[in-house]
Amino acid sequence: MNSARLSFDLVVVGAGPGGLAAASVAAERGGSVALLDNSPWLGGQIWRGEQARSAVPLARQWIERFLASGARAVMQASVFASPDRGVLLAETPAARLTVRFKKLILATGARELFLPFPGWTLPGVVGPGGLQAMVKAGWPVAGRRVVVAGSGPLLVAVADGLRRYGARIPLIAEQAPQLRLARFAAGLWRYPDKLAQAVAMKARLLGIPYRAGVWLRRAEGGERVERVVLTDGRRSWTVECDLLACGWNLVPNTELPRLLGCALASGFVRVDEFQRSSVEGVFCVGELTGIAGADAALVQGQIAGLAAVGETEAAREWFAERSRWHRFGAALTRAFALRPELRQLAKRETVVCRCEDVSREAVERCRDAREAKLHTRCGMGPCQGRICGAATQFLFGWESDSIRPPVFPVRMESLLTASEHPKPVSNLSDPTS
Amino acid sequence: MPERIELSVNGRALSVPWGTTVAAAVALAGETRFRRSVHGDARGPLCGMGICFECRVTINGEPHARSCLILCADGMEVRTDE
Amino acid sequence: MSAAPDIVIVGAGIVGAACARECARAGLRVLVLDRGPVGGGTTAAGMGHIVVMDDSPAQFALTAFSRRLWQELAPELPAAVEYDPCGTLWVAADEPEMAEVHRKAAFYRERGVRVEVLEGDDVAAAEPALRPGMAGGLRVVDDAVVYPPAAAQHLLESQENARRIEVRPGVTVAALNEDGGVTLADGTRVSAGVAVNAAGPWSPLLAPGLPVRKRKGHLVITDRHPGFVHHQIVELGYLKSAHAVTADSVAFNIQPRKTGQMLIGSSRQFGAEGTEINAEILDRMLRRAFEYLPGLGRLSAIRAWAGHRAATPDKLPLIGPSLASDRIWLATGHEGLGITTSLATGRLLADQVLGRAPAIPVEPYLPARLGKGDTPHA
Ligand SMILES: Cc1cc2nc3c(=O)[nH]c(=O)nc-3n(C[C@H](O)[C@H](O)[C@H](O)COP(=O)(O)OP(=O)(O)OC[C@H]3O[C@@H](n4cnc5c(N)ncnc54)[C@H](O)[C@@H]3O)c2cc1C
Ligand SMILES: Cc1cc2nc3c(=O)[nH]c(=O)nc-3n(C[C@H](O)[C@H](O)[C@H](O)COP(=O)(O)OP(=O)(O)OC[C@H]3O[C@@H](n4cnc5c(N)ncnc54)[C@H](O)[C@@H]3O)c2cc1C
Ligand code: FES
Repeated sequence: MNSARLSFDLVVVGAGPGGLAAASVAAERGGSVALLDNSPWLGGQIWRGEQARSAVPLARQWIERFLASGARAVMQASVFASPDRGVLLAETPAARLTVRFKKLILATGARELFLPFPGWTLPGVVGPGGLQAMVKAGWPVAGRRVVVAGSGPLLVAVADGLRRYGARIPLIAEQAPQLRLARFAAGLWRYPDKLAQAVAMKARLLGIPYRAGVWLRRAEGGERVERVVLTDGRRSWTVECDLLACGWNLVPNTELPRLLGCALASGFVRVDEFQRSSVEGVFCVGELTGIAGADAALVQGQIAGLAAVGETEAAREWFAERSRWHRFGAALTRAFALRPELRQLAKRETVVCRCEDVSREAVERCRDAREAKLHTRCGMGPCQGRICGAATQFLFGWESDSIRPPVFPVRMESLLTASEHPKPVSNLSDPTS
Repeated sequence: MPERIELSVNGRALSVPWGTTVAAAVALAGETRFRRSVHGDARGPLCGMGICFECRVTINGEPHARSCLILCADGMEVRTDE
Repeated sequence: MSAAPDIVIVGAGIVGAACARECARAGLRVLVLDRGPVGGGTTAAGMGHIVVMDDSPAQFALTAFSRRLWQELAPELPAAVEYDPCGTLWVAADEPEMAEVHRKAAFYRERGVRVEVLEGDDVAAAEPALRPGMAGGLRVVDDAVVYPPAAAQHLLESQENARRIEVRPGVTVAALNEDGGVTLADGTRVSAGVAVNAAGPWSPLLAPGLPVRKRKGHLVITDRHPGFVHHQIVELGYLKSAHAVTADSVAFNIQPRKTGQMLIGSSRQFGAEGTEINAEILDRMLRRAFEYLPGLGRLSAIRAWAGHRAATPDKLPLIGPSLASDRIWLATGHEGLGITTSLATGRLLADQVLGRAPAIPVEPYLPARLGKGDTPHA
């Protein structure tokens, strides 16, 4: 396998809004900057695929700014380990990269929260954001009926996007109660750009059936999802569909910062006013530090990018705007808080760990995530607890198990770190373990 | 860059536009079952962003490839349900 | 548990679990305390190879006896224990190593251990993923593989007297007392007839001066690639090493799991107290493995970790009363063989506690052999 060594003043991981902004402002001020992302596209989750089409002005603006900034993009590079201070290892389809940095900005974003319910393992049950990303990359939805369910402003945005690709949306089912959403929407005048996004009002404008206070009970079908059963707590009904897009807000991708030793607070990376984590020289921005959307990530990215190149005064100028988005994030979290009924969706025999097919019944007998892992294999599979760990955190309040390299599964040979001319292996002792 | 990519999914020839992921190609080929779970159940993509490992397929003989992260390339041989 | 237990065991690793099982089978009431879950210490960090070894006559006696106990237990083991009698294949890279194959074969045959000597072609046929040109190998037919945490759980809850065992996870012990009880970290005293220190690599923290040192080992687990290897394969190359006991070392050792995954080892380091991954050791360990299995590098690795073996100066465990008090006992120091030798340890400990005739001569494993405060580690 090929291996390459790269070295930069600043390395940014994650090419979403947070990472793009950080890399751009830092590179504009000189110094060598690299932006690594595991997908083939700039833009992260929200702007995925915008590089080619540029339908979103803000996305186009930032991607163009990044491309002109002099920063280097390293795509399809999964960062999976940090064998030493100032060194990251990344894997691309063709090579293993050793990337040295003086400063590091992590912008690894968030994934969707998936909650187990009967039928959630059927093919055709996908995350809304995930489906959106896949549709942009060619997944066919024209003429398909897609029920969108779960929670968060994402549902409406995704439903709208899917419709543009020809999908039919029988219903958006939002678990949060109507009253809470109305209060949230009433506060949105403070965030003009946000008005156009999100929630019921927007859905109505778009003409998509939208119901708040409605949640999934189960999905049914043979080899793929064919219908879903929904409830408003009083009655249940069935909706036929070809795809079910469901997700319940976002979970930050803290694996890499945790591997590097960054301290967390309530599940997010703890940062100071300049987005500095507890680890010297390592900054964190975007969803890693709190769920507040792309605008917050852009501002935080600029603060971190400026601070990383020593422009702390320039960084300060963004503080006020950041506070505004933090307030927005807090309001968002309150509005879309998950209802306790969702903890009861999974039945005893419902699979909780999809990699290893472990049922709720087996997992529930354990006291914590570590015991569940050791005695049921829950979290032992290739996703390393990314899906089931977030679910058991919601279901049982469990903290996830320790993080170990590789952060993502990689080819064995990618774990080699020493020079291409290793010292002879001389001292072999007892070969058994 | 070529406009269209020629590949095969479970032995069936397929032509897709450049920029299509393997996951999308599998769906375009009409397959719903990407892989078999440990207990033998059919599975397909969940997260669409490289996190869940449900979209794994065998590409050119190499198992466990996350099809949602990989772009189709000419001559690729994709196998599902393994 | 109403009355005070007859015996309190500190550590619910595989060794503590095996001791609990044997004591309960003999009718004793047993309390097992662990600060974590069952089998969450070294038992969760190791490989689970059940292997006969012959570094010394005493090591052979203990491993052969214990492996027999595993074979007897096998029919009752639940699927979660993943018992797999896949056998060990010791591979010889060249003629000097082949000479060792013949020596080992003769030694094992004389003692009733089933083995097969394989020539180069036979090795290639048995394990096609090995690099071509191996001189040969030795198949130890009845060696096996288990999943140790599930095995520990089974030992605690399986047999008819399991109700005599109370397991309390999440309880940290501060001290073993000379009156046979223990003091918990929160100050509570628990009384018992005998206290057993089965705290693995942490046993010296509860027994100052105990000649047990941490010996770190790294492992890597792969994704499911069923059929890549068929035996636990171990190299014989270590024989060329002169100073095996002191230096950091690596050796090729791969284990097929029933899941289709593979566990790859192994390394040994003294003086490395943390469980973080040492990139250089990992690098050396994997290079060694790739030398033997050229296709391994393309397979997918899921996780790497490290744990600590509890090493004694003479590479034999400590099973019996401590020198500190005849009511504080030791069941520790199993180094890299504690999964294999756990069942024998349980039997020998119970034999001594109950004053039964020991199943095999116990002298080589008595703590008294090392003297008090003995620290002859290099
Ligand atoms: C599916 C989805 C849809 C969303 N839709 C909306 C929306 O419509 N409106 C809105 O305001 N907000 C939306 N959000 C939230 C929005 O994406 C975030 O607020 C914003 O993108 C945060 O930017 P970020 O830079 O923190 O991370 P992201 O945009 O998530 O970017 C992180 C990037 O890092 C990469 N990455 C992660 N780990 C590694 C690693 N170890 N090595 C290499 N690369 C790595 C990821 O692949 C990704 O490309 C959505 C979020 C998700 C998950
Ligand atoms: C990399 C590696 C590979 C290995 N491979 C093999 C192999 O293939 N075959 C084999 O036979 N052996 C192998 N071993 C060795 C084997 O794993 C150990 O010998 C065995 O697990 C030891 O079991 P134990 O019960 O003595 O210790 P542990 O499993 O460590 O149990 C000790 C328990 O004591 C508890 N404890 C400690 N202090 C306290 C306290 N103060 N209060 C309460 N509880 C406490 C801990 O939480 C722990 O659960 C390997 C070891 C390593 C590190
Ligand atoms: S769909 Fe989740 S990893 Fe590809």
